[in-house]
Amino acid sequence: MEIPYTVEARRDTGLFNAKVGIWLFLASEVMLFGALFSAYILLRVGALPGDWPHGLLNIPIGTFNTAVLISSSVTVVLGWAALQAGNFARYRKCQAITLLCALGFLGIKSYEYREKFGHYEVWLNQPITVKHAGKDVQTDRLLGHFTHNGSHPLFWKTETLAEKKVEAIKFSPDPIHYSMTAREMAHAKKEAHGQPHAEIEIKTADIRRLSAFVPGHGPYFAIYFTLTALHALHVLGGAIVIFYIWANTKMWKTEPERYINRVEVSGLFWHFVDLVWIFLFPVLYLL
Amino acid sequence: MSESHSHHDLAKHIKVYWVVFFALLVGTAVTVGLNYMHFDSLALTIGIAMFVATVKAFLVAGYFMHLLSEKKMIYAILLTTVFFLVGMMFLVIWGRDQLPRGSSFFGSHNSSSTPAISSQ
Repeated sequence: MEIPYTVEARRDTGLFNAKVGIWLFLASEVMLFGALFSAYILLRVGALPGDWPHGLLNIPIGTFNTAVLISSSVTVVLGWAALQAGNFARYRKCQAITLLCALGFLGIKSYEYREKFGHYEVWLNQPITVKHAGKDVQTDRLLGHFTHNGSHPLFWKTETLAEKKVEAIKFSPDPIHYSMTAREMAHAKKEAHGQPHAEIEIKTADIRRLSAFVPGHGPYFAIYFTLTALHALHVLGGAIVIFYIWANTKMWKTEPERYINRVEVSGLFWHFVDLVWIFLFPVLYLL
Repeated sequence: MSESHSHHDLAKHIKVYWVVFFALLVGTAVTVGLNYMHFDSLALTIGIAMFVATVKAFLVAGYFMHLLSEKKMIYAILLTTVFFLVGMMFLVIWGRDQLPRGSSFFGSHNSSSTPAISSQ
């Protein structure tokens, strides 16, 4: 069956069909991400004071990843412009960079995820006194890392301690907790800079709850992982489509205009994915 | 349109793409930089971050996605979307009063609660 209007514009819309199609799809995507953003706002507004995690993500890495995605967006549009000028080799080069950026973004995101899976919060039955930035502070909630048999375990929960019959963990607390304000956290981090990490022993019997920074930790990480994983799936999907068009070049020889339209439509999706990240980054990393 | 004219147009477009690219990088740097200043008002912090993000989104949609020079059909689709998106977001804002208060999200920090960490 012949697909109509792959190249020439329909008279009523003034567009080739795929262009209308991708915009309808992107409109539905706006509602999908919009719904999750509104869920984020509801969760955050409803959180108790000091109970909304912030300042726990790696900002330099997140900033770098933002730059990677922005770069991939400009190479997409430059590649499309190169095709319009008939420069196929240049288009191939531009999209190769796009694909490398996509892989880089996903690689960096995976690294970030893994860091979270091995970063913990521990809730204690009784407050204890720890040294934070040279000061004695009393707290019943600690963030930090711990070792078990010489390695940093991932995904441990309160029940894991009982299952593995662990009697105590060696915990290195962070100098910060998200119940502090952003300014207090920055100050505490600066004070602690260069000082050796103190390790404390916490008995399993004293632990009320143990959770890695996984979706089950609380509403913040639940919505963080939902939004970023959905976005990462979009990056993956977009990259697969761009790669498919990039690798199947036969159409460029037989129907160049249709090929250019395909590149444009895949590019529109890619820019949308970039656009979503433009909002995700400040909302999840900075605020 | 002559061939040379369209090539000239293309070169102009490519220049615009690079300008937008650098503007996006600068926008990112500004957002991150301002974040290290730690304003007292959370509303201001959120306002600035969202403003910069909106400008960046406008640049991407307007120039990379060519929305500034699209056909009416696309605008009609997006106008419908914007209508429903704004409606959905307003549902959240209307629902806000029904939620337990005391959040610091809109700048009213409640200091009477017990923080997890307190200095001795």
